[in-house]
Amino acid sequence: MSAKIHLDRTHLHHLLRQMIRIRHFEMKCVELYQAQKIVGFLHLYDGEEAVSVGVIEALTPEDAIVGTYREHGQALARGIAMDRLMAEMMGKLEGCCRGRGGSMHIFDRAKRFYGGNAIVGGGLPLAVGVALADKRRGLNAVTACFFGDGAVDEGEFHESLNLASLWQLPVLFVCENNLYSMGMALERAEAETDVSRKAASYRIPAVVVDGMDVVAVEAAARRAVEQIRSGGGPQFLECRTYRFRAHSMYDAELYRTKQEVEAWRKKGPIARFRNWLQESGLIHQEEVQRIETEVDTEIAAAVAFAEAGTLEPVEELERFVTMEGVPP
Amino acid sequence: MSPAATGTITYREACRQAIRDALLADPQAFLMGEDVGRYGGCYAVTKGLLDEFGEDRIRDTPLSESAFVGAGIGAALAGLHPIVEIMTVNFSLLALDQIVNNAATIPHMSGGQFAVPLVIRIATGGGRRVAAQHSHSLEGWYAHIPGLRVLAPAVVEDARYMLAAALADPNPVLIFEHVMLYNMEGALDPSVNAVDIARAKIRRAGSNVSLIAYGNGLIKALAAAELLSAEGIAAEVVDLRVLRPLDTATILASVAKTRRVVIVDEGWKSGSLSAEIGVRIAEEGFFDLDAPLRRVCGREVPMPYAAHLEDAALPQPADIAAAARGLVRPGRT
Ligand SMILES: Cc1ncc(C[n+]2csc(CCOP(=O)(O)OP(=O)(O)O)c2C)c(N)n1
Ligand SMILES: [Mg+2]
Repeated sequence: MSAKIHLDRTHLHHLLRQMIRIRHFEMKCVELYQAQKIVGFLHLYDGEEAVSVGVIEALTPEDAIVGTYREHGQALARGIAMDRLMAEMMGKLEGCCRGRGGSMHIFDRAKRFYGGNAIVGGGLPLAVGVALADKRRGLNAVTACFFGDGAVDEGEFHESLNLASLWQLPVLFVCENNLYSMGMALERAEAETDVSRKAASYRIPAVVVDGMDVVAVEAAARRAVEQIRSGGGPQFLECRTYRFRAHSMYDAELYRTKQEVEAWRKKGPIARFRNWLQESGLIHQEEVQRIETEVDTEIAAAVAFAEAGTLEPVEELERFVTMEGVPP
Repeated sequence: MSPAATGTITYREACRQAIRDALLADPQAFLMGEDVGRYGGCYAVTKGLLDEFGEDRIRDTPLSESAFVGAGIGAALAGLHPIVEIMTVNFSLLALDQIVNNAATIPHMSGGQFAVPLVIRIATGGGRRVAAQHSHSLEGWYAHIPGLRVLAPAVVEDARYMLAAALADPNPVLIFEHVMLYNMEGALDPSVNAVDIARAKIRRAGSNVSLIAYGNGLIKALAAAELLSAEGIAAEVVDLRVLRPLDTATILASVAKTRRVVIVDEGWKSGSLSAEIGVRIAEEGFFDLDAPLRRVCGREVPMPYAAHLEDAALPQPADIAAAARGLVRPGRT
């Protein structure tokens, strides 16, 4: 995998398609939530799609991912099958975690996707350990660890950055800085609001990137991954982004103004990228429509798969509380 | 450190040999924790291992309990067999998030896609005059958590062989080593080279009363049994060994035999492991009992420093014997 991003049409269309898959998937989730087919917490990635799409493009299947509870985008970009993801969201046995994890706890062993973690900051130590294992086993793999700006408040963030740097582990730390942790604005939570400086203080090379620009994210991620693979230890990517919707499905959004949200919406990663492609003659309107149609077909199939899914028998409730062996 | 001339071995040395064996047997095994390397372990358990195995397999960590325990979980998820050492159970609280929210949940929450074959060794218990932030017995809390296996070796044989069994277990296993036992000497039966980590064990047979204990409490229960025997009371001493999942069958069988039971736990009574054992006996062995349940537990105070106070706060053989006597010969405590 090269460190350079390919700006050919195929790749650019792929990036657009990936972002549209995430956006449309989540819009369908909203409908299903309103129909009470998806329940519990539902944290949408609306506005942040460029981050995981860009970062995960820079990874290979051998690399690992540790996600957050806002991880539908991370999961889809990683290639977790949409139908199994949707079935998981609907609590079905056919879901990637048999319906035990739900929206916030997506795992996929084959994709090296180590969750889905709903403890803010809780994934960072895991990422350090996965990277330690890969390094010790001589795999030239990178662990991409996603987390929000809120995780930066946690001790686990600081402990993990230090450990990864101290042991020069192949971790790509990806901060999805959307300026808020629930209603807590970054400047109300952090004495130093420049997150990348914190990484630098652990001697981890840190780059700030426009998280609304998928090409910029991918390019930065590729450079970082290349550094890591060449044995350079961990890297830190702060992606400046914004969540267009409520923290979870509904909140009163008392913590920010409508104008602020509107201003960010104008920088929306999908519209902006699509417009740029169109203006540059890199995509035609019909091609955009075809992508959307194909994505919607994929989503419809995923919903049908999930709807047709079954419920795990209650008799299996305690299965896997303890494991009988390590899965191969 | 070397085996004593009498053919006995210390509990500390047994722990050390267990780790050494594990590292020799399994290239995916490694040890990490605070001061396990150059310092040789805060209880000198790992002395000499750094020289033998090198820094890659004997990893000194910064004082970041959450990060290195979490890293152990991550490494286990990704195919290694980490042994993580936490200096003292009080410090394990800084890693509680990782143990409870990740290690214990991921196998089930992922629908069985991932196992966490991790071992965490934790020193526990009172008696060293180090007061309230180094002396508690919080293993009962961990025994509350589905997904964990919790072990408490109280004899050198268990200290020597439980680790291998724990590493072979695909689940996260916590091994609580009682700080008062590290210097204890005992003989190893040369015909034994493995122990099971599922069952409790009768350490002394008796017919009049069952003393159920673990860790250093077992040593005290055995001492109490000695006192009682001089009075003609035959106490049966049950070593729990496994705090989760509890071997209820062995407990109930002993109670059915003796019809009286004293539960010994250095941990506090309220909401505790001793309460759990008591209720299981009440639920499933009620009609086998000829007398009420008794518990001899740590007094409900933060552990004090002064020796006389610490001794008073911990269960002592005389307390255990008195409780047993009261059951066997009511009115003659
Ligand atoms: C340890 C912990 N504390 C609090 C919460 C409740 N909580 C859930 S999400 C969240 C905000 C996290 O914000 P951030 O890390 O910026 O991620 P974002 O939601 O913005 O993607 C909080 C406080 C939690 N899940 N875990
Ligand atoms: Mg945030």
